[in-house]
Amino acid sequence: MIIFDFLAQYWPRLLSGTGVTIAQFFLAAVLGIAISLAMGLMKLSQNRILRGAAITYIEIFRGTSLLVQLYWIFFVLPLFGVSIDKFTAGYVAVGMNIGAYGAELVRGGILSVPRGQWEAALAINMSPARRMWRIILPQALVNMLPPWGNLMIELLKGTALVSLISVADLMFQAKQINGSTFLSAQVFGTALVIYYILARFLVTPFMRWLERAMARKLGKV
Amino acid sequence: MLDHTGFPLEITGETTPMVSFRKVRKSYGALTVLKNLDLDIAEGEMVSIIGPSGSGKTTVLRMLMTLEQIDDGVIYVDGQPLTHMPKQGRLVRANERHLRNRRADIGMCFQHFNLFPHMTALENCMEGPVQVLGLSKAEARDRSEELLELVGMISKKDQRPSRLSGGQQQRVAIARALAMRPKVMLFDEVTSALDPEVIGEVTNVIRKLVSEHNLTMLMVTHQMGFARDISDRVCFFYGGKIEEQGPPAELFGNPQRERTQQFLSAVREAV
Amino acid sequence: MFDWKWDFVWEILPRLLVATGNTLLAAGAGYAIALVLGLVFALAQRTPYRALTFVVREFVEFIRSTPLLLQIFFVFYVGPQFGLRLSPWTSGMIAIGLHYACYLSEVYRGGIESVPRGQWEAATALNMTITQKYRRVIIPQAIPTALSGMGNYLVGILKDTPMLSVIGVAELIHVANSIGSEHYRFLEPITMVGIIFLAISLPAAGLIRLFEGRVRRKLGL
Repeated sequence: MIIFDFLAQYWPRLLSGTGVTIAQFFLAAVLGIAISLAMGLMKLSQNRILRGAAITYIEIFRGTSLLVQLYWIFFVLPLFGVSIDKFTAGYVAVGMNIGAYGAELVRGGILSVPRGQWEAALAINMSPARRMWRIILPQALVNMLPPWGNLMIELLKGTALVSLISVADLMFQAKQINGSTFLSAQVFGTALVIYYILARFLVTPFMRWLERAMARKLGKV
Repeated sequence: MLDHTGFPLEITGETTPMVSFRKVRKSYGALTVLKNLDLDIAEGEMVSIIGPSGSGKTTVLRMLMTLEQIDDGVIYVDGQPLTHMPKQGRLVRANERHLRNRRADIGMCFQHFNLFPHMTALENCMEGPVQVLGLSKAEARDRSEELLELVGMISKKDQRPSRLSGGQQQRVAIARALAMRPKVMLFDEVTSALDPEVIGEVTNVIRKLVSEHNLTMLMVTHQMGFARDISDRVCFFYGGKIEEQGPPAELFGNPQRERTQQFLSAVREAV
Repeated sequence: MFDWKWDFVWEILPRLLVATGNTLLAAGAGYAIALVLGLVFALAQRTPYRALTFVVREFVEFIRSTPLLLQIFFVFYVGPQFGLRLSPWTSGMIAIGLHYACYLSEVYRGGIESVPRGQWEAATALNMTITQKYRRVIIPQAIPTALSGMGNYLVGILKDTPMLSVIGVAELIHVANSIGSEHYRFLEPITMVGIIFLAISLPAAGLIRLFEGRVRRKLGL
């Protein structure tokens, strides 16, 4: 079966899978960014308990596999009475995983802001929270955006794993179609191309745009 | 492109120059750094190149070391074309094999030494003889130790470059280049990156080479006094060509061209 | 802890340890392929042949932007469609080796590009062949820069081996899943897998850092 016939027949399922992938990507990204910020700041905290909690979180999520985390959240959490549906389990696992990597980027970005900026903010008597939010974070953000671009690609790729707990994303649809047709080259090839288009022509350009926009806002261009 | 059929396949005769630039042109994009350079250097001659920055001095050495491709003309070394090779009775651009063959005659020392940081002084000197010339380790060691002795670095032979001062590194770099037994040595601003108090240790080594060895040498330098002392001939480069050249006593003592006079008096004022 | 059965843990531990061996083997073999193939990709991008550079660059970019899970399915299922049957291990090693080769090629490229131009020129002045330049001068200096990236991806490949379970490689997650469905208990096997991963990857990260320091000192950099 040539590729056009194949696409003509299966595009609705591939499209709905792509939609689910994009939804998983966005939800996981929002969760991941929130966790990154929280854990990154906690790891820099003077408070030993907060710092310890952040380090534990980061080491656990970076030290084990995303797939293990996904299975744990999906299979094991219900045993503790926390029952979540598979769609939620999917983006929560991916978001929590990415959050651990993002926390290190946040920490590195904040540490890269020159000491003089902290001192200048202190000198105009800003509160610590305001200092962080108004002065340090915006500059840290510009410094850490380039590695965030890579992390967002990793996140997109990570969402493919949710298919293994039967979330009907692009990967899942591809697997299903392959199972019923055995047109492996066509279906997996098409899925690869769709992921590539999402990564190269949506995520990457958006991150580049964000980098430029942030840099402009800080007067760095 | 010049018609390379106009150039001899080799330069023969009793007074074959060791190095010969014939109508050599070099540009970077729209910027022409050398226009129709003609320069012959005799065997055993020590030639210094001076001139303001951007005059194309360093490019002359880099082309001779084949670090830069030339756009036009031909460079000969010891009578044989370097940048080109004969093919069916005419000259065509040299391939890597030809370059490898001809480069064996040339050695170079750099402004920033470029020693290999992961090798000791001795290993730096032995690297070329062992890997490129195929000498045995023992032979290469003897040769390298002799040269490190010559440049006064034998006591530091087992040190890595990071443990050596700039002057010491440059002396090792000279020994490394000499270990390849080149016929022509190129010195590219070898004292420019050095602290003033160690310049002497490097210039003394070069003086020794001039007086004791029959090497052909081409040197780009900012040190007028040094160039005057040791050169057989000094070339003043300006705007991509040789503005004036001659024996050092004449060029420094009685420069003919206005640009040379301006340059030399500007340099004197700076000192 | 909640309903945690130690007897069950002891009962399944031998099977999990055998699977740990397979996980380590898969990571090791995949990494070995990636190390060599990555160097080929990196060097191919440094040849004067523009077309080759372009094709390799785009290929690396494509593989890096698409999910490993999908690539594993692709390699495993596309072969039989054209009459070429690959075992799970073979397809798994091809997919994961290729995927990480693309990452490592970027690490190598960064390392090679970090070597100053003067080193190339000094090697030319010593009349070295291109092979001698790489082997004797450039690669020894590129390695220290590349080491930390190489170490990260060694741990990365270990954590990605669970994806091989989907085509039936008997690594940790695969075995944990089998145990789970045989005994209708997922808590212990999945949790144990997580702990085993932590027990390998945390010390591994430390060892890699130690090794990095030693190599750096040995090369006198």
